[in-house]
Amino acid sequence: MQVAGTVCNLTCAHCFVPSGPDERRHDFMGREQVRALVRDGLALGVREVYFTGGEPFLHRELTAILADTLAVAPATVLTNGTLFTRQRVRDLARLSARAPYSLEIRVSLDGYTAATHDALRGAGAFARTLEGLGRLSRAGLAPIVTATQLGEEDPLAYHQRFVDVLRAAGVERPRLKILPLFKLGREAGRGGGYAPDETLAGLPPDRFDPGRLQCGGCRAVTSQGVFVCPLLVDEPAARMGALLAESLRPFTLRHGACFTCYVTGMTCANG
Amino acid sequence: MTPSTPGARAVAPPAARHPHGARLAFFGGVYSNHLALRATLEDAARAGAQAVYCLGDLGGFGPYPARIVPLLREAGVPSLRGNYDDSVGFGKGDCACGYTDPRDNRFAQLSFDYTAARTPEEQRAWMRGLPEQLRLEVGSRQVLLCHGSPRRVNEFLWESSCSTAFLDWLAEAHGADVVLCTHTGIHWWRPLPGGRHLVNVGAIGRPANDGRPEVWYALVEFGDALRVEFRPVAYDHEALAAEMRAEGLPEEFVETILTGWWTCCLENLPARERLRGRY
Repeated sequence: MQVAGTVCNLTCAHCFVPSGPDERRHDFMGREQVRALVRDGLALGVREVYFTGGEPFLHRELTAILADTLAVAPATVLTNGTLFTRQRVRDLARLSARAPYSLEIRVSLDGYTAATHDALRGAGAFARTLEGLGRLSRAGLAPIVTATQLGEEDPLAYHQRFVDVLRAAGVERPRLKILPLFKLGREAGRGGGYAPDETLAGLPPDRFDPGRLQCGGCRAVTSQGVFVCPLLVDEPAARMGALLAESLRPFTLRHGACFTCYVTGMTCANG
Repeated sequence: MTPSTPGARAVAPPAARHPHGARLAFFGGVYSNHLALRATLEDAARAGAQAVYCLGDLGGFGPYPARIVPLLREAGVPSLRGNYDDSVGFGKGDCACGYTDPRDNRFAQLSFDYTAARTPEEQRAWMRGLPEQLRLEVGSRQVLLCHGSPRRVNEFLWESSCSTAFLDWLAEAHGADVVLCTHTGIHWWRPLPGGRHLVNVGAIGRPANDGRPEVWYALVEFGDALRVEFRPVAYDHEALAAEMRAEGLPEEFVETILTGWWTCCLENLPARERLRGRY
């Protein structure tokens, strides 16, 4: 659920769903709207709910929305990690301790140095995010850090250095998920979009394991309706309907982002 | 692609029938722990289990993988083909656990290569012939045995990351009153609306990340009410640790056997389960 629409406090240079303080292509979703959508989703057998944006913590009702959701399903928040005030962290820790399900906080970091992170997200973002991660861990939460690896460093060495930095910041159980870059949105402007041959067109359908691809078990809901996945919410052709129940039909894997998911085995899921 | 919507599918006839009130034992995740397997079979017999079922993943992690299949055959334990057995049996390159963490992948690969190289072809052929799922009829209950989940052999069903609505949907879509699974290595049980049940039977190959060296399996009594007892099994874990060291397996694996805390392949644990562990 793109609960905060495309509204964000940062304007990252590689954002694949271009978000920022004045981006209103998708708007905030209200608490009651989210409750109804979660109810619809559960009736369809939804396993868990992810909240994204923009920046979900800009939503004034997010804590209440999380409390509503955690009563019936696991919940994950995807955040840039710059808005973790002491009060907010206390609220999240309280929610997590009381809920029957896991509350996952997923925080984006672009590399383990301020140089790589701030080059994309703005000066000071790295330090703020790292401080927030430490605060979450000290409060008894176990945030997941999602990262893009931009350089050519050996993946194992990159992972170890990243974990060392997180530990030094007070993150007791570092959880790290490496994601590929998608040539969408601002990233397409920065590094170039998909080439014509980066496509799945022509691959026989029996080559796909639908359960492995994100769209095989997920839909993205925004204020504009239901989309096939969270990456393609700016693609009119990826809008599957107004309601979740209308969105379960097949989707032709014709977008460059589908190529990235297929080639890298990328899924947005936590595990 | 279409979201997974199993819909109404034909339900296969049961592989076995047991009477109402039957007491059955279920375990998974043997992970080459031959000492724990022997101890589990003995415990199940002592506990009065009328039959014992294995939900798959015979190898990986522990020493001497070729010791497991003969024990299961000798005891007449029907077994499923878990993702590990599928990979070893069919000569696939990795365990298909789907890790993305390079450290987890390094340990997983090391373990897989060790296991695959020491599993005789005759045992691989046996693994290839194992079913991915089994159906039982116990009294009037339809019972589905699977490895990961009814819809995917390597799906992790963790207690804290599965809504009750999802589990109920899975059970209904697959025509099961009781779903029994493993794959995560941590046991749990949830009664579902309408009298259905989901039981993750746990693993006997390594401890449940609970700081105890015992391993766990499920003893289920199918009476008027379903009774699920998770039983801890103590075994000579120090002897297993010595064997693992003699085989040159990673000290991280040995630490888990000795302490009960997981040290690697942690990336798929949800927050709740992760916070219960040491690492």
